[in-house]
Parts: sequence; C-alpha cells; structure tokens
Amino acid sequence: MKNYVHVENVQMSFDTRKGRFVALKDINLSIARGEFITLIGHSGCGKSTLLNLVAGLLMPTDGILLCAKREIGGPGPDRGVVFQNHSLLPWLTCFENVHLAVERVFSANEDKAQLRIRTHAALALVHLTHAEDKYPHEISGGMKQRVGIARALSMQPKVLLMDEPFGALDALTRAQLQDELLKIVAKTNSTVIMVTHDVDEAVLLSDRIVMMTNGPAATIGEILEVNLSRPRNRLELAGDPEYMRLRSEVLRFLYERHAHPLAA
Amino acid sequence: MGWQRPEEICSQLQSESVMKLKHYLGEQLLPPIIGIVLFILVWMILSQSSEALPGPMKTWDSAVTLFSDPFYRHGPNDQGIGWNILNSLGRVGVGFGLAALIGIPMGFIIGRVEFIDKMSSPIISMLRPVSPLAWLPIGLLVFKAANPAAIWVIFISSIWPMIINTAMGVRQLPQDYMNVARVLNLSEWKVFTKILFPATLPYMLTGIRLAIGTAWLVIVAAEMLTGGVGIGFWVWDEWNNLNVEHIIIAIFIVGIVGLLLEMMLVRLAKRFSY
Repeated sequence: MKNYVHVENVQMSFDTRKGRFVALKDINLSIARGEFITLIGHSGCGKSTLLNLVAGLLMPTDGILLCAKREIGGPGPDRGVVFQNHSLLPWLTCFENVHLAVERVFSANEDKAQLRIRTHAALALVHLTHAEDKYPHEISGGMKQRVGIARALSMQPKVLLMDEPFGALDALTRAQLQDELLKIVAKTNSTVIMVTHDVDEAVLLSDRIVMMTNGPAATIGEILEVNLSRPRNRLELAGDPEYMRLRSEVLRFLYERHAHPLAA
Repeated sequence: MGWQRPEEICSQLQSESVMKLKHYLGEQLLPPIIGIVLFILVWMILSQSSEALPGPMKTWDSAVTLFSDPFYRHGPNDQGIGWNILNSLGRVGVGFGLAALIGIPMGFIIGRVEFIDKMSSPIISMLRPVSPLAWLPIGLLVFKAANPAAIWVIFISSIWPMIINTAMGVRQLPQDYMNVARVLNLSEWKVFTKILFPATLPYMLTGIRLAIGTAWLVIVAAEMLTGGVGIGFWVWDEWNNLNVEHIIIAIFIVGIVGLLLEMMLVRLAKRFSY
C-alpha cells in the first residue's frame, strides 16, 4: 500500500502570548507500508511536532492526516509511540509496563494467559527476558528505551513512531540499539517514522530521509532516497561510497543550505 | 597487595568492624546522648532554683509508679495512663481517618478539575489558618456531646494538609505520564489506578504526615476543653490536683507518641518513593 500514512497540506500553529506562532506549514508526505522514514532537521524545526501530529497528541490547525485510510483524530493503539525519555511508569516492573499496553489492545478478545504470552514475547523481542521483573530505576538507560520499544511494538501498531529514541544514550549503546532496531524492523516488517538529529543514524536506518527546513513555518525541504541494500551492516557501510554520498548529502542540506540560524 | 594468611584477613576484618562500630558510636550515638544529658542537667539546675518544679529524679519515680499500673479503672474520671493515651489515639484515629476519607478524594478532584480548584481555593485559603480549636463550639453545638466535638476538631485540623498535598501531587503529574496514558488509550479507571494514584502517593503521604502531626498537636488542647478520658484532660486534671510531676510526664508522653507516629509515616513514605 503506497499511502499507508498520508499527510496532506498540514499546517500547525500555536497560540502563544506573543501571538500566533506557525510551527509547520505545507507539509505533504506519503509513506508506504513497511517503510522506514526518518525526520531530520535542526532543533526547533518542528520534526517532533510533525511526529506528535501523526501520533494524534496534537491536532493540526489545517490539513489532513490519514493512517491506513482513516483520519487521525487522536492518539490510538494503531500508532505505537516511543518517547525520547522512555516514559516508563516507575512504579511498574518492565513486564507490567508492557502488559499495560497489551491489556488495553488485546484484552477484549484474548484470555489472561494469551496476554501474558504477548507481553513475554514483546520483551523477548528486545532481549529483555532476564529483566522482566525489574523496575525502571534498576536498569540502564538503553534497557529502558528497549522496554519502551517493546511496549510500543507489543500493541502491534500499524506505525511505530519514535521521537529521538536514542538521543539520550551514549554512542556505543546507541549503535547497539540501532542494530537491534534494524533487526526488529526486518522481523516485524514495521512501518516506522523516527525523529533524529543524528545523520549516521538517519542514513543507516532509513528508506527515505525527510529533511526539514528551519522554523518558524518549517516545511519539508527535501526527501532523500536511501537505496542501500538490507540487511545493513554499519561496518561494511562505513567505507561504502554510496553511504558516504548520502551522508554528505544530508550534511550539506543541514549545514550549507539550511544552516541553523544561530550558527550563521 | 601480597598474599595474606587467613588469620590476618580475619583480624583485619574484625578491626574493620570495630572501626565501624566506633564510628557509629562516635558519630551517630554520641551527640544525641550528650544532648539528652545536657537537657537533664539544665532541668536539674532549674528545679533546684524553683520550689514548684520537680526535678528529673522525682519525676522518674513518679513515672515508674504511674506506669506500673497503666490500665486500672476507678470510675469514669480516674483511669490508668494507658487508657488515657489509647482514648486520645482513638479520637485522633477516627477524626484523622474521616479526614483522609473525605480529604484525599477532594484533593484528587481539586487537582484534576481546574474549575473546582478555582472555586474552592479562596475558601480553603481562608479556613486553613483558623485555629482548629475555634471549631470546637460549632462541634459542641452540632453534636451536643464532647467526644464527637473533639473528633470534629481533629477532622478539621487534619483535612487541609491532605486536600492541599493531594491536589498538589495531582497537579505536578509529569506530562510524560499523561502522554503515555493518551498514547495507550487507557481507560479513566486505568489512568487512575496505574498512573494518577501511584504518582500522587508520595505527596499524599506527605499530607498524611503533616495531618497526623497537627492532629496529635491539637488533641491535647481539645481534650482540655472537652474533658473525658484522654491525655489532654489528664493534664488538666493533674493541674487541678497540682501534681506537676504528672504534667511533665504527660509532656514526655505526648512528645514520644507524636515522634512514633511521625516515624511510622516516614517509614511508610519511604516504601512508596520512586
């Protein structure tokens, strides 16, 4: 399906004390099923706003957003969200955190044993079976983020939305989680929209990179196709000329044509 | 470090634990002991210079006799110290429990619904600083009995911290948690049991702790006015008998019971902090 997620003429403005602030305008984007899309741009360019619009946490001032041909009217379990700061509930164990999501989506049709199996499976997918009964403060930042991913995936969402999921992690943990995410996405055939400010992450993971201009009134500047074959291996890609070309393409967009206003 | 014989390690470990014990005695136990000794010394000096004030030894002797039979009953106005304490605790328990039953749900509603918050805030701000004892005549008027009036005063004094702290906890709920609730599309009940309640619990416990402190503070005064069996009235009674040792003992009892209540709640609060 070509138009799995469809964003048409979307504009988003906020009413602030200083008046109306236009964050996004003329956003048009069409995402196919199973595609991995990253949104990249300088901070304040509204990439998280766009993600929140797809998540349904924000309603557009103008324009239409569709997911699987249905209008997005609010948050829903068909769109799983992974937050930047993991947002696990600290008083629940990893298992209970994921179970909360599973229960919500599947408890109407499945019995308790099946729900538990689903929860175990989601945590096994991110290799956290050993930490199921731990509380969030007992595990590392990378593990918390993996629980967040498990929670989002456990609902079997149509689209996985990730808001700088690895932004708060150190470089090594980030690389490890990126590799894991690649495998999970390949296994589950998920459609993913991910916000990032990391050029390497964008090139490594995406099928297409959506590069955004600076705000206010930010919009999509350019969309870059990434035709690297999958499965991708970061070591092999490190010397790959096509990878280098794509990487410098993104860098040029970010630092030449749309340099951050403060850096100029 | 080279290879060590087991005995050596043993003696090393021993000396280490001795060091720890010394440290504990020196840093943790010594200062409070010095404080208490100084306190008793000052008390002794003061009692030497004043005829009316009994000294520590005399008070201690009196306390030993008093606590040797704490649960006797000689008619309604002469009962053991144990009964007096239990009666006071009972009143505090009932008044405080009722306040929790009404105050905590009210706190949730006020914290969650802005309209009701704005509606109730001037009234709460105005009534909160009123001395709880000012409510006693109203209690006597409405209930026409001393005991419920005392409970009413406890209720009024402990409800404010519970409402205010619970509401604050609800208001300070991180947006992240609410976003999780929205994204997972949780039902109102699940939002309450899995997010709102656990997130607010530490604040609620602070409110409960403040409330029990005030309640215990107020019960002595309330009972002085209402009479009956209870530590407050006991103090008043002993004043009328001019038994000053007993008054001093009562002060210690009130202090120690208050401390124990506080410690209990601090321990409870520790279990629920994330």
